[in-house]
Amino acid sequence: MVNLGFSIGDLHFKNPVLTASGTFGYGPEFDDFLDVSRLGGIVVKGTTLEPREGNLYPRMAETPSGMLNAVGLQNKGIDYFEKNIYPSISGYDTNIIVNINGSYVDDYVTLAERINTLDKIPAVELNISCPNVKMGGMAFGTNLDSAREVTRAVRAAYSKILIVKLSPNVTNIVDFAKVVEEEGADSISLINTILGMSIDVEKMRPALSTITGGLSGPAIKPVALRMVWQVAKAVKIPVIGMGGIMTTSDALEFLLAGASAVQIGTASFIDPQASIKILEGIEKYLIEKGFSEIKEIVGYINRTK
Amino acid sequence: MAKRIEDLKIIENKRLNNDFFVLELSANDKLPVFKPGQFVQVRVDGSPKTFLRRPISIHDVDYGRNTFKLLIQITGKGTKTLSKLSNGDFLNLIYPLGNSFGLPDKNEKILLVGGGCGVAPLLFLGKYLKSNGYVPDILFGFRNSERIIELEEYLEIGKVFLTTEDGSRGEKGYITSHSIFSNGTYDKIYCCGPDSMMRAIAGYCKKNNIACEVSLENLMACGIGACLCCIVDTVNGNLCTCIDGPVFNITELKW
Repeated sequence: MVNLGFSIGDLHFKNPVLTASGTFGYGPEFDDFLDVSRLGGIVVKGTTLEPREGNLYPRMAETPSGMLNAVGLQNKGIDYFEKNIYPSISGYDTNIIVNINGSYVDDYVTLAERINTLDKIPAVELNISCPNVKMGGMAFGTNLDSAREVTRAVRAAYSKILIVKLSPNVTNIVDFAKVVEEEGADSISLINTILGMSIDVEKMRPALSTITGGLSGPAIKPVALRMVWQVAKAVKIPVIGMGGIMTTSDALEFLLAGASAVQIGTASFIDPQASIKILEGIEKYLIEKGFSEIKEIVGYINRTK
Repeated sequence: MAKRIEDLKIIENKRLNNDFFVLELSANDKLPVFKPGQFVQVRVDGSPKTFLRRPISIHDVDYGRNTFKLLIQITGKGTKTLSKLSNGDFLNLIYPLGNSFGLPDKNEKILLVGGGCGVAPLLFLGKYLKSNGYVPDILFGFRNSERIIELEEYLEIGKVFLTTEDGSRGEKGYITSHSIFSNGTYDKIYCCGPDSMMRAIAGYCKKNNIACEVSLENLMACGIGACLCCIVDTVNGNLCTCIDGPVFNITELKW
């Protein structure tokens, strides 16, 4: 029996496999394919104060070993979430984390206050890295002062576990990690999508209605891994790694680089059971390697010469 | 109906012409009851350029043999790869997905309109309608005679009318200019094909007060309502083609 559990602050996770926001709906979308309660956690779809329709179609383009998306935070808003979605998912026996987004600092604060009152939501993921909205989103996550301001404000208003999701679209992501840690974040998740674009040469126009969008999938994995490694060495709080994880081996790379946990994103689109398969694969790896706790492999490459 | 993810065995890969082929797939477990208009998400292995699954509509079902067919048009790398699969190969599918066409009211006069690969779900629908006592007319449009698929099975459902853009078979021109629209009146039209064709048919139906359902083929990633990429702009806001569709009544769409 291996111990797969880890903690962020006083919040315990039964295992280090979570699903990434925007790739797993709210959970029930995947009920036919897996037992959601077996996961370490699920980060539900990005939520805003007001309902949002998102960007115009087309908002997706397939690219080599990946995809671009420009969904633009389509969601029905916090009122709908509280009333209609929360009751239907609060029965899952896993940590349900809400990814929160806003155009202004006050939006984030209000959302955090509202979610603070929901018993079955032990954590929020502060999304300061969405590349597909005109206001807010990545604007907060690509400016150190803004990242500091929004993290500080939410920290003051929110008493449970605060995870901040960083954007890779910066010169030095470590600076951002240090700032949010200083402002009281309990954990850092990274990376959000990498800004990219694609052009349909037959139609001679951009593939996405928004021209640019966020690149995800295995194409971004080496970049994500490098950033997770850099950040994990620079901060004391737990790091949650993501970016193109498709297999057990991919997930293990992030753990060995220093991530305490991983989020499975785009892989769930291709194999809705990817998260569970990776969870089973990690457990098997630990047994085969003779480890009894997941902790023993977290940051392993940084401890050995 | 529970969705499944499963490896299905190809029992026949039949090439119809340069552009179209049919895969017949066999399941180990008993097939669920499919509804006409539903689709599957096919995994294409082997290349970084076919990263996502391909949504393909269910063309025909044989519960007796526990098999079903996919009619596929070769439009790019993914479908090209699928066209080269051999009998006995396995294909990973997520299925069945999406809503379905609605049954018409009793005694309604029905027309099925298909353009190009849009004929695919209409065989299943046509057979379903026939088994429920309807005798629909069928109108297909193809670019030219070389692209026309075998029509025998459709002829068992009802009368089949054809158009080709070059006039090499059937009436010449686009599907919407076929004389069937000036001669007959229909109570309900079911349509699947290129976006421009479906919009033209929808326009005709609105003008003439004919009920119409269309099956959309928006680009999608997941097929199960998680990614929100395949959205369609409706009177009820953005809906997902994969779970709220692919079949929409034209009164729902902002066309």
